[in-house]
Amino acid sequence: MSDKTRTGLSRAQMAWRAAQDIPDGAYVNLGIGIPELVADYVPAGREVVYHTENGILGFGPAPEPGQEDPDLINAGKKPVTLLPGAAFFHHADSFAMIRGGHIDYCILGAMQVAANGDIANWSTGAAGAIPAVGGAMDLVAGVRNVLVITEHTTREGEPKLMERCSYPLTAPGVVKRVFTTFGVFDVTASGFLLQEIAPGVPVEQVRAATAAPLAVADSLKEVAAPQPEKAAAHV
Amino acid sequence: MMDKRVPDVPAALADVQDGAMVLIGGFGESGSPIELIHGLIDQGARGLTVVSNNTGNGEVGLAALIKAGRVAKMVCSYPRSSNSKVFPELYRKGEIELELVPQGTLAERIRAGGAGVPAFYTPTGAGTVLAEGKETRDFDGRTYVMERAIRADFALVRAELGDRFGNLTFNKAGRNFGPVMCMAAKTAIAQVRRFVPAGEIDPEHVVTPGIFVGRVVEVPEPAQESALIEQGVSYP
Repeated sequence: MSDKTRTGLSRAQMAWRAAQDIPDGAYVNLGIGIPELVADYVPAGREVVYHTENGILGFGPAPEPGQEDPDLINAGKKPVTLLPGAAFFHHADSFAMIRGGHIDYCILGAMQVAANGDIANWSTGAAGAIPAVGGAMDLVAGVRNVLVITEHTTREGEPKLMERCSYPLTAPGVVKRVFTTFGVFDVTASGFLLQEIAPGVPVEQVRAATAAPLAVADSLKEVAAPQPEKAAAHV
Repeated sequence: MMDKRVPDVPAALADVQDGAMVLIGGFGESGSPIELIHGLIDQGARGLTVVSNNTGNGEVGLAALIKAGRVAKMVCSYPRSSNSKVFPELYRKGEIELELVPQGTLAERIRAGGAGVPAFYTPTGAGTVLAEGKETRDFDGRTYVMERAIRADFALVRAELGDRFGNLTFNKAGRNFGPVMCMAAKTAIAQVRRFVPAGEIDPEHVVTPGIFVGRVVEVPEPAQESALIEQGVSYP
């Protein structure tokens, strides 16, 4: 399915919207998938330093074909380049940056997010699956601002915003904000609060696709959602 | 005279005993000491407990060690990848044990082992299934999980430059687990791309001081795991 036929925001639009929340001077860790696109849309004039768990601060976009280096990769094991001011460090230091609260933002995907900020993004708990957690639990437990970008529902149409997660948790009570195909949701003390809604999507459709009570902000506005051009700094 | 250089890979691995606990560096193929791993297959030690972030790809390197039936237990954070089939098959058949550890906890358990700290408290995993059965404690209103340090018999790592004192530099993000693994093993064995005379590595640029390293072996042109897989290599 192409972005154009999907109701609500495209992947690029979700990434663009999340990028608007990243302030100048932030240290940021981006998860695999849609979150990786966020780097393309950070507004001009803001300098952001990207961290990858396997030991690089200040990496840049993928290299030209033929310039890949197997020792210069990101946590998704994809080739990257270095920007001026980059640094290498070992794994214990890398996770000290995460667990020690030195990384300002992590933006990651999720299987489920609950109204109390619980997140499940590492396992469905299915019998016979090979369990694999990687750095997911360290990131959500350690980074100060945990933001999630996800389709509002699964491919099968099941809600991903839940009253309580049914999958095994990655961490309890850590998510602050969720960007979905249908809008921007803050996780508040009283549950999900719809702050911004995708153009052309009625609130009732959002409510029907959400398996938790949904409050709507008095100041509800439409997501400013251009079909974004990639920023020049990180294409 | 102190000289930690050994002539070849077999000499570096000669005393690895059955049942040994072995730390193996690398994040996927990045920093993976593939010649030392193949040397360990040739050496023949069995019943190993291997601590490594992943479980290898294709049928070379760590995946080949597992396929050869030498590994009784894996301690790792992410035991599958797009091209890993050896470990998943054995695991599903119940022929290999797995201890799943969050990546940062794994790195810190190894670092703690090397630093003489027997256990520590971390927020990672608190309130999840990976904390079940573990001691927890609240500090300043937040729950932390107690994790035990990891100490091992051997560490196998890939580094860039090494001198006779065992001082090491690494190559880019290939550094990953190498420095902490050298700290936590009774005998850390580094394969280096190049031996250099003592003093050639600027003391300001030493990444792993030689005190943490037991043996250094030169492997001038280390194989690249993905290239071997592309060529259809299955080790041995």
